[in-house]
Amino acid sequence: MKKLIAIFSLALLPLVGFASDAVHLESANIDLTDHAAMQRGAKYFVNYCQGCHSLKYFRYENMQKFGLTKDQIRNNLMFSGGKVGDLMTTAMPAAASAEWFGTTPPDLTLTARLKHGGADWIYTYLKSFYVDESRPFGVNNVVFPNVGMPHVLMELQGVQEAVKEKDEHGNMHVKELKLVKPGRLSAEEYDEMARDLATFLTHVAEPVKLERQHLGIWVMLFLLVFFVISVMLKKEYWKDVH
Amino acid sequence: MSLMTWIDERFPATKVWNEHLAQYYAPKNFNFWYFFGSLAMLVLVNQIVTGIWLAMAYKPDATLAFASVEYIMRDVNWGWLIRYLHSTGASAFFIVIYLHMFRGLMYGSYRKPRELLWIIGMIIYVAMMATAFFGYLLPWGQMSYWGAQVIVNLFSAIPVIGDDLSIWIRGDYVISDATLNRFFAFHFLLPFILAALVFIHIVALHKVGSNNPDGIEIKKGPKGNRWSDTAPADGIPFHPYYSVKDIAGVVGFLIIFLGIVFFLPDMGGYFLEAPNFEPANPLKTPEHIAPVWYFTPFYAMLRAVPSFAGTQVWGVIVMGAAIVVLFFLPWLDKSPVKSIRYKGPISKIMLAIFVVSFVILAYLGMKPSTPGRTLLAQICTILYFVFFLGMPIYSKIDKTKPVPERVTK
Amino acid sequence: MSSQGVDLKKRRMLITATAGIGAVGAGFALVPFLSYWQPSARAKALGAPEEADISKIEPGALLRVKWRGKVCWIVRRTEETLKNLKENTGHLVDPDSEVPQQPEYCKNYHRSIKPEFLIAVGICTHLGCSPTYRPDIAPADLGADWMGGFFCPCHGSKFDLAARVFKGVPAPTNLVIPPHKYLSDTKVLIGADDGGAA
Repeated sequence: MKKLIAIFSLALLPLVGFASDAVHLESANIDLTDHAAMQRGAKYFVNYCQGCHSLKYFRYENMQKFGLTKDQIRNNLMFSGGKVGDLMTTAMPAAASAEWFGTTPPDLTLTARLKHGGADWIYTYLKSFYVDESRPFGVNNVVFPNVGMPHVLMELQGVQEAVKEKDEHGNMHVKELKLVKPGRLSAEEYDEMARDLATFLTHVAEPVKLERQHLGIWVMLFLLVFFVISVMLKKEYWKDVH
Repeated sequence: MSLMTWIDERFPATKVWNEHLAQYYAPKNFNFWYFFGSLAMLVLVNQIVTGIWLAMAYKPDATLAFASVEYIMRDVNWGWLIRYLHSTGASAFFIVIYLHMFRGLMYGSYRKPRELLWIIGMIIYVAMMATAFFGYLLPWGQMSYWGAQVIVNLFSAIPVIGDDLSIWIRGDYVISDATLNRFFAFHFLLPFILAALVFIHIVALHKVGSNNPDGIEIKKGPKGNRWSDTAPADGIPFHPYYSVKDIAGVVGFLIIFLGIVFFLPDMGGYFLEAPNFEPANPLKTPEHIAPVWYFTPFYAMLRAVPSFAGTQVWGVIVMGAAIVVLFFLPWLDKSPVKSIRYKGPISKIMLAIFVVSFVILAYLGMKPSTPGRTLLAQICTILYFVFFLGMPIYSKIDKTKPVPERVTK
Repeated sequence: MSSQGVDLKKRRMLITATAGIGAVGAGFALVPFLSYWQPSARAKALGAPEEADISKIEPGALLRVKWRGKVCWIVRRTEETLKNLKENTGHLVDPDSEVPQQPEYCKNYHRSIKPEFLIAVGICTHLGCSPTYRPDIAPADLGADWMGGFFCPCHGSKFDLAARVFKGVPAPTNLVIPPHKYLSDTKVLIGADDGGAA
């Protein structure tokens, strides 16, 4: 019987690891307790992203969770009026954007859970635009090839060019990205910005995550006590069984 | 007159209590593997209760379904917990049922006189798979949509009527609002049928009595124990002995189950698949679609069978046969002993091969297919069937060990 | 049942402990299921305090505003109306608003912050219909001594222009005055006052 279980668990081993993705993602190293990062990320989001992308399952007032007051939210992060309880929709009509970009810019509420790599994906994506004149907006992205989006943060990051090389099958692929024209931010500042956005979007994807884990610890402690008592009860009764 | 007497004259409360709990004698040698029946009932109750609560905020409408799930996850008080309990519960249900079935396989719990008990259990398993399939469409994510699309299209493989049949199932030319609505209706109905089947399963169990790891009929053994002179000597009253044992089992299970709910609700993409965080889009198939893990062994078999003679119906037939063959298990096993403990080496090796093939098939079903993987899936599919179809032969010729008179510790 | 060698006391203690901790667990487990029924974040967002512009209301006119899905009236009362309010006293059930159907700061004869403006929830305290606004003096259907008010078409309850209920009608209490505050001379916020949101 023990052998059976051993074979069984061995067979399960390959299930543990996921096949690695082709694109290497940089670690964003986010900290979901870093309220300041999320506040900055929210500010960047409403300034640079919300023109096209919505967070339509997330309410402005939920930003109170990372330390903003309702007045701060209303005065600094809401440009088109409305109530703080409103969902973070985008002003851009879906039909018009479909015409401009060929596709409607996706809602980003769940991006951190949808993309394999989550925060790391967002972080690397924001850093991986490069000049590609064959694309409608003149840029392409290593993480999201042929993305239908302009590099909105180019002015901040600067212009990157791709250094390409042939792989063993003879296909061209991007080896690395080189900054050819600096933007307003230094590389470190831009990384920080990308990290803040990744932190904010990860929080938005599951705002309840930290509460869930904190509550989970209490639930586990409770169950452990319960388990000890229920095992004692079982042992006491089973003294009768010989 | 006491209240209990008053009730007993009108409803057999004490009688039912005694016959099924306090004076129901179960073998005293149940081991770890005997927890999963009661755990399956616990998970079923969890699914029904959380499911009803989810239905209070869910909208079975193709334009609203995805948003209503996020509404539950974010806006509804504790909605996230109820939903994670339900989504984790679905996987937990299959885990405990697979372990429960494996227990039956090991100890010959399907053998005479428990054939009907096994068949009722198989009907429960099939009903469960249907419930899970219908439920998986409801979040209306990309995986929900394309998973349903692929499975419903299996029906179009049936010659002549296939295409019309799959349109009839969907109520449209593609998976659509009409499909979502009817799947929701079935997903709500089936659990109550499941509950009824579980009741019948237990009625059948209490008629024949539980099997045990030794595969010995305690009813045929000597009589008399410390509780009764007529009860089997190797039996102990279910209550309080197994009720207190099951309480400990339930709490132990909850530690693992709630551990996943609170710390790992996605389970690395196996319990909640990442592509399902994007709303269903009939114009764009995700790069790689795979059913949820509990269906993947059968899905791998489906993919392993090549189409020939101009139809792909063979894969569907093989997949269906993999389930149907389980129904016939009681008549395939010709061994003179029930439990794996007293069976010979061939039976033990075959059981191990079966388990390994099943797990490998589950793994392969999650992965995109490559020629190498397809070959492996074909081998495992054959081994799966060899375990069952070869059983009448190898179980008969295999050596056996002598079965003891009384149950062992 | 034989019970030799059984420590009954220990068993009873362990049963009590298990049942107790189980009951506590069940109690905790119940919390999510019960609070699930409370208004969601969406319902609360939709029921958030509502701003109304009162600068365009003519004397004697009524403005309807929706707050928490219920109709809210804003009536701009004339001097004449305010004078009449004091004369209704004898016909009213609760002329001095003793029943707490209004915030403390509206417990006065005109049941409002500014005498000029009445702000009331337009839902009859009888069975929840919305009374109609009848500012006309002495109409044929309401009798010669009607000096303007609200008349509920469902069961005939009558209220004066301070939303106070008349005697001899089915409605038991005055209409509800919601918490509110003036943001400026022209803007009023319904649903919140300086004590916070309702």
